[in-house]
Order: sequence, then C-alpha cells, then structure tokens
Amino acid sequence: MSERITKSMARNIYFGGSLFFFLFLIGLTVDTMIQLPERDNRDQITESVALGKEVWEHNNCIGCHSLMGEGAYYAPELANVFNRRGNSDEETFKRYLGVWMSIQPLQTPGRRKMPQFNLTEEEVNGLADFLIWTSRIDDNDWPPNIEG
Amino acid sequence: MKFESQQVAKPYFIFALILFAGQIIFGLLMGMQYINGDTLFPHIPFNVARMVHTNLLIVWLLFGFMGAAFYLIPEEAETELFSPKLAMITFWVFAAAGVATILGYLLVPYAELAHLTGNALWPTMGREFLEQPTITKLGIVVVVLAFIFNIGMTVLKGRKTVINLILVTGLIGLAVFFLFAFYNPTNLVLDKYFWWWVVHLWVEGVWELIMGAILAFVLIKVTGVDREYIEKWLYLIIALALISGLVGMGHHYYWIGPPAYWLWLGSFFSALEPIPFFMMMLYAFDVVRKRRINPNNKIATTWALGTATMAFLGAGVWGFLHTLAPVNYYTHGTQITAAHGHLAFFGAYAMIVMTIISYAMPILRGREDGNPPEAQKLERAAFWLMCISMMGITLALTVAGAWQVSLQRLPESGAMGFIDTQIQINPVYWTRLLFGSLFAFGLVLYFASFFVSGKTEGKTA
Ligand code: HEM
Ligand code: HEM
Ligand SMILES: [Fe+2]
Repeated sequence: MSERITKSMARNIYFGGSLFFFLFLIGLTVDTMIQLPERDNRDQITESVALGKEVWEHNNCIGCHSLMGEGAYYAPELANVFNRRGNSDEETFKRYLGVWMSIQPLQTPGRRKMPQFNLTEEEVNGLADFLIWTSRIDDNDWPPNIEG
Repeated sequence: MKFESQQVAKPYFIFALILFAGQIIFGLLMGMQYINGDTLFPHIPFNVARMVHTNLLIVWLLFGFMGAAFYLIPEEAETELFSPKLAMITFWVFAAAGVATILGYLLVPYAELAHLTGNALWPTMGREFLEQPTITKLGIVVVVLAFIFNIGMTVLKGRKTVINLILVTGLIGLAVFFLFAFYNPTNLVLDKYFWWWVVHLWVEGVWELIMGAILAFVLIKVTGVDREYIEKWLYLIIALALISGLVGMGHHYYWIGPPAYWLWLGSFFSALEPIPFFMMMLYAFDVVRKRRINPNNKIATTWALGTATMAFLGAGVWGFLHTLAPVNYYTHGTQITAAHGHLAFFGAYAMIVMTIISYAMPILRGREDGNPPEAQKLERAAFWLMCISMMGITLALTVAGAWQVSLQRLPESGAMGFIDTQIQINPVYWTRLLFGSLFAFGLVLYFASFFVSGKTEGKTA
C-alpha cells in the first residue's frame, strides 16, 4: 500500500480528512445541543440543584464515586442512588442521605472509608436534589440494573 | 548535541521523572486502600491519593512533552532555540505551580482548597483530572502559551520539517482543547459533554500527533532511514488518528445524556481508532528492519519499538475491547475501564517520553554515543520489568472487571451490590498490588541506570 501513496497524497488525506471530520463533529454537536433540553430536563435545575453540584465538586466526590459511569471506581455509582436507596421517592431519599452523610466514616474495620464532610442541612438537601435531578436525565437506559 | 540551547530539555526530563516516582508511590497507596480501606485514612483519603496520582501523571507527561520539544525542535529547525531563558522561566513557574498544587491537595481538605482559591467565583474544580484550582489552571495556560511562543518562534526562524510542524500543531491543539477545562456549567450533561473535549480530544487526538512526531524523530535518528519515507507514514498515521478519533469521541456519549445516534457513530468511528496505532507498530518495526545505521545506543530503539507495541495493546486492543456500545453498556465505569486507562497511558504516553529520554539524555550528558553498555543493560532490565508488570496490572484489572460485570451488571434481578462485589474480587486486587510493587522495583532500576558509569565502547560520534 505504502508504495502507491506519495507523501503529498498522505498530507492531503491528513488535512482534508481531519478538517472534514472536525466539521462533522461540530455539526453533530450543534444537533446534540438542540436535542439536549428535552433529555436533560434543564428547566428543573433549581437553585438547590445548583448548590448540590457545587457541594459535589467542592468535596471531590468524583474522586471515589462514579456519576453516570464516569469518575472513580472505588465507591458505588450515584446517578441512580435515588432509585436504589430512596426507592425513587424524594422524601425517603432525603431522609436516607441525611443520615448517611452524618454517620461517616463507618467504623467497620478494613471497609473502604468515606470521610466526614461536615455538611450543613441545606448542603445535604442540595446534594439530594442534584442527585435526584441527575437520576432523571435520559441516559439511554443505563445502568443495566439498579446496583449501578 | 547540535545546538547549545537543547540543554534546556534536561531539567524538564529530570523533573518529569521525579514526578513519575511520586505518581507510582500514590498508585501503590491506592492499591493498598483497595484492599484495606483503613490505610492512611483519614490522613490521605482515597480521593486525595487518586487526584495526586492522576495529576502527577498528566503534569509529568507535559514536562516530558515540553522537554522533547525543546530537544528536537532546534535540531529539526537547525537553529538555536528562540529563548533558552524563557524556557528556564517556564520550567520554574510550572514546577512551582505543580508542587504547590500537589501540596495543597495533601495538606488542606479539598473543600478548604476550593474555598481558599475562590472556586465559587469561577468554578472549575472537582471534576476528574481537572481537580486543579482555577488559579493553577490559569497558570498552566500562561506557561503553555509562553512555551508555544518559544518553540513557535524557533520553528519560524528555522527549517520547517514535517516533524516540527506536526509537533507544534499537536502542542497548539493541546493548549486549545485545555481551554474547555474553564467551561463548567451547572447543567451536568453540558459539563460532561465538553469535559471530554479536554480528555478524549487530548489522548485520542492531539496527543497522538505529539507522540507520532517524537517517535518519527527518534526513528530517523536511530535507524538513519530516509526522512521522506518516515514522514509519509507519519502523515498517514495522524490522518487516520483524527479521522477516527474526532467522531470516535462518541464512545463517551452513550450513557451521559446525548441522543441515541451516538451509539452508532461512537461505535463505528471508535472501532477504527486502533488502526493508526496498528500502523504505528507496523511502521516502527518496518523502519528498524530497514535501518542503515547501527548506533551504540541500542536501548533507545528498544524503547521506540516497545512504545509502538504497548500503545497498540493499551489503546488499540484494550480500547476496542469495550468501545462498542453493546459491550460498553455492561463495562462502562468498571475495572475494565481502569485496565485500559493504565495500559494506554503507560504504553503510549509514559513510554514515548521515556523513549525520547533514552535517546536524548545520554547526548545531553555529553555521551554522544549513548550510555555505556552496563547502564544500557540495567535500563533494558527496567524496560522489561515495567512493561511486564504493567501488563500484569492490566490483566489483573481485566479479570477484576469481568468478574465485577458478571456479578454486578449482568444479572437482571438479584445482582450483587457494589461493595459486596468488591469484597469478592479482593484476591485479584492483591495480584494487582503485587505487579504494582514489581513496577515500582522496575522504576527503581530505571533510575539506577542513570547513575551507572563505565567506558563507552567502540567509535565516537
Ligand atoms: C504501581 C503501579 C500503579 C498502581 C498500583 C495504580 C493504581 C491505581 C488506582 C487504584 C487507580 C484508581 C482506580 C479507581 O478509580 O478506582 C488508578 C488510576 C489511574 N492510574 Fe494508576 N496505578 C499505577 C500506575 C500507573 C501508571 C504507570 C499509569 C500511567 C502511566 C497510571 C495511570 C492511571 C490513570 C490514567 C488512572 C485513572 C484511570 C481511569 O480513570 O480509568 N497508573 N491507578
Ligand atoms: C493512548 C490512547 C488512549 C488513552 C491514553 C486512553 C485513556 C483512557 C482513560 C484514562 C479512560 C478513562 C476515562 C475516565 O476516567 O472516565 C478511557 C476511557 C475509554 N477509552 Fe480510552 N484511551 C486511549 C485510546 C482509546 C482507544 C483507541 C479506544 C477505542 C478503540 C478507547 C476506548 C475507550 C472507551 C470506550 C472508554 C470509556 C470506558 C467506559 O465506558 O468506562 N480508548 N480511556
Ligand atoms: Fe475516548
């Protein structure tokens, strides 16, 4: 193969190909941006959800957990923890999360430890709202089952 | 060495390797925490260790790329570096910012660090690989701009070779896509969508240009094969890398909100991504077979061939393993991902940096004809130890991942929970830790090889 292709042909494939597929990527991105509002329910991003995302980031939760399958693999997936631990009920989930955050770290010897973050009630509530909102994103039905 | 100013590459290489050692120490710590969660808790929680491990990785690779550029760009351009002084300033600023940031991770709780650096004013922290305070990110931009200005001016005043142009294009791309790190909207889906414009478009885009250029440079030097021939291959490889890799980014858009057509696009284009890595391997071996010279620095050739091979395994084979949407549905965010991440980062980017170091460092130290045979022998042992133990780590994590998928993901009802699954898998994590320790031993041998002196045999250059 390499005998029939000259260097200038190779260069043209590089310039032409990468330009074409970069523009294709931009086009797909524009289309995705048009479709996303339907899928991410951005109208339901309240101030509390925004606070929750800030708390999530300021405590680097992603350093142990995954969220929609991305992040670390040391601790459970949290995009569906609302369904798993809260039975998809907001009241139940908020009560659960409040208790959970307050009893860390668990004392079981050898168990993977989650730090105590000393969050306020408002912050935990925001975190819950952020995770509830996240669980409702249309993610093509991932994960395969409730265990995440 | 052809030009005095190439010397500025040396501190970059040395500092890169020091950070590499730090990365491995924190890798081992996490390997232990995986088995016993009490290890160093609460002093260094897992998330802090992980951040230190991955950020040191990225920063040492950047130091390595910068050193590579300072070494090879003047030589290719056949002129002195535009400003060696600026190169030393960027070195010290980058080193200081890097060390300060790592110390910040280790000494202050992360929330405190976010508070101290005013993250609320311009939130960019708390996202994987982009954990650095906003001020550090701005510092990185300044350093990279000064660096690109320096090498750009050098290229402009000198000979414009294909290798130089591709290397500079890759480095500019690196800088441009890093700017997406500053975009962090409240909407998590948008945040994630453009987060990949840094991460994926780096490792499966512009970094491949950087890697291809460095590999081509070293191959020309160690084989003496015709530049025209090597440059043609280089163009073809990076062409296919971008043609497949740009839309191949869709393999990250399956399950984070974007529309379902990405399942098809991501699967199709990313399935082509192994091709450029395969070509890189083919051509590296082909060029070495056609070699016209046989320099005394034999180990540099070993590194070059090793990089091409391990990059193909890590990115090509282990990437393909989980890239098709129906497979990724089950493997997404499991130990399979970690297996691939390790072999790909090591095989492609850690090894390309060690390749250029293996070629250039002896010359920078006044050993124009390569290191003495005793040193090369030790370096060769280190090469094999690191490659084999990284394969061991990868295979262990692949077993862990397959096991995890079968317990936790595959069952439609009655699947095992995350923590219980991890407890089951524990024996495999011991294997990973064993290979991790072997890797650390390999790294120690590698460092030791720099201190072996001896008589260089044969002709002088
Ligand atoms: C002693 C050897 C090493 C050990 C024990 C080790 C261990 C680990 C652990 C436990 C994680 C976190 C996984 C998780 O989130 O649960 C990790 C992440 C990571 N490590 Fe290492 N590591 C080692 C060496 C390396 C090397 C040599 C490289 C690359 C050159 C590397 C690159 C990475 C990357 C890229 C990640 C993030 C992976 C991802 O997000 O999928 N590590 N490592
Ligand atoms: C040298 C090049 C490459 C490097 C350094 C690399 C590194 C990585 C890393 C670190 C991750 C984990 C990201 C995270 O933490 O979320 C990842 C994910 C992934 N990579 Fe690569 N990669 C490379 C090339 C490839 C190629 C060529 C393919 C496909 C053929 C591929 C397919 C994937 C897929 C499908 C994922 C997502 C895994 C998941 O769903 O959890 N990668 N890669
Ligand atoms: Fe990717």
